[in-house]
Amino acid sequence: MKQFVILSGKGGTGKTSIAAAFAHLAHSDSIRAVLADADVDAANLELVLSPHVLEQHEFMGGNVAWIDPEKCESCGLCEQVCRFDAIALKQGDYQVDPIACDGCAACVHQCPANAIKMELQLAGYWFRSDSRYGPLFHAELRPAQENSGKLVTLVKQQARLLAMDEQYPLIIVDGPPGIGCPVISAVSGANMAIVIAEPTISGVHDMERALEMTRHFHVPAVVCINKADIFLDGAAQIEEYCQKQNVEVMGRIPFDSTVTEAMVRGESVTAFRPMSPASISIRQIWQNIVKMLQFN
Amino acid sequence: MRITVASGKGGTGKTTVATSLALSLSVDALGLPPLFLDCDVEAPNAHLFLKPTFESRKDVSILIPNVDESKCIGCGDCAEVCEYHAIAVLNKKVLVFPQLCHGCGSCTWVCPTKAISEEPNLLGSLEAGSTPSGIQFSRGTLNIGEPMAVPVIRQLKKWSVAQSGQVVVVDAPPGTSCPVVESVRGADFLLLVTEPTPFGLHDLKLAAQVAKELQIPAGVVINRDGIGDPGVEKYCIDIGLPILMRIPYDRAIAEGTARGQTLFDIDPKYIMLFQQLFAEISRIVAQQ
Repeated sequence: MKQFVILSGKGGTGKTSIAAAFAHLAHSDSIRAVLADADVDAANLELVLSPHVLEQHEFMGGNVAWIDPEKCESCGLCEQVCRFDAIALKQGDYQVDPIACDGCAACVHQCPANAIKMELQLAGYWFRSDSRYGPLFHAELRPAQENSGKLVTLVKQQARLLAMDEQYPLIIVDGPPGIGCPVISAVSGANMAIVIAEPTISGVHDMERALEMTRHFHVPAVVCINKADIFLDGAAQIEEYCQKQNVEVMGRIPFDSTVTEAMVRGESVTAFRPMSPASISIRQIWQNIVKMLQFN
Repeated sequence: MRITVASGKGGTGKTTVATSLALSLSVDALGLPPLFLDCDVEAPNAHLFLKPTFESRKDVSILIPNVDESKCIGCGDCAEVCEYHAIAVLNKKVLVFPQLCHGCGSCTWVCPTKAISEEPNLLGSLEAGSTPSGIQFSRGTLNIGEPMAVPVIRQLKKWSVAQSGQVVVVDAPPGTSCPVVESVRGADFLLLVTEPTPFGLHDLKLAAQVAKELQIPAGVVINRDGIGDPGVEKYCIDIGLPILMRIPYDRAIAEGTARGQTLFDIDPKYIMLFQQLFAEISRIVAQQ
């Protein structure tokens, strides 16, 4: 079983549109793939794949402290030990700001009056769905919640279990932007990372950080340049950087308004307009990936 | 006043809007130039447009446990209190996993033999300086391979103190989880940048939810206006979220920002439009 993850560093470079196109192309090539949306903060793959939810599960995130005002002796030790600025005196009572609370429980262990307890928080949901291009695992982190890395790991674990049980040869993971905790969770265990880079001054900068991160975790990476014709110097910079770093530039996708049109229709661009310039490039990239992962 | 620019979806133009807003406030010779905080510590880009010269730098670290084996009796209390599974005791030997540690201090305090001391674990860095137009600029950068962005953002906010009366413009990371919340906390206004597409709408709804949870007034900038569909506009009207500005889709803007130009370099009319945007935000905040 192979697993590849789509990343970018910078947000909005086209990860999800390209992931949806890959899902469509895998399906039409009869390569059975399990799909996992690892961008649990802003999960958009479902907007294109029109999934039918089969299972919904609660995701319990971290704990949050709660101070029992009946037992509290107002000594203030909890406020002193809290390194997350989550406890303050409000209207005569020490209170926890649940959004700032990191769930460390230091206050619980230090409170001399045993007045503080931890309460488990419902942080979101994860789903197993059937989609038009295969099984989809996705999640919804409730806004302002923590532990997105944990939820990403859970979504991927579930995708992997199904792939093993039912002998799927491929897992396609749509990753989150950035390089921090949810991205590290998304990358772990991948055979390959496909970094979608935009030839803009910001895009080049963030692609470099994304590639440094994949190197740090020893995950082989390739680059696809999206909207490649919007700034030719930027595209040249990406190619130069990749050459120096020995990273393959696997394709150049031209700017193409059919990508947005497909999104509005809730379809993948390769299904919506198979002969559009973007679709043609994405299909070529897909064929290269198939070769690289040695499916046939 | 502190204005945080956020989006939910990435790549909608947060940095373009945040840098333009800061620049529009720095051209007014009468006022104090703003303080700009780049809180997108995983992918910080604002410096590419505002071109600051950095004058000071500070490491960001959190305190992680360091176990003195000669004092440790292997009781396991430290592992028991750790909510992050960052410390384990196997055969009376303590193992610390620095990347899981949130630096809360609990293990150090509960250790009955005082065998644990704390040592800094480096996560990233902070830099500060000023831009040619006088903006006071600070940014945080998360080191590659480090998972935790929040401590870098938290320390950036503490380190960069605004003068009284100084406007603070915060460029937040994409998403809706902890790094965004840390960036948004303490804001007087949340400016949500979106694009009029189904992805933009889906993520705008989540970002608006963050504003609601944190009880911060919010308004919307529709970027690349003209592409996509009317979903975003309809949603904003339905829930009473004010649309404060529209930046039309224009290939010249896409190409200009791609090469590092600011919106004002591309079209000077935006100076006035952003000053009007600031006036409108001030009016909304004053009403609260």
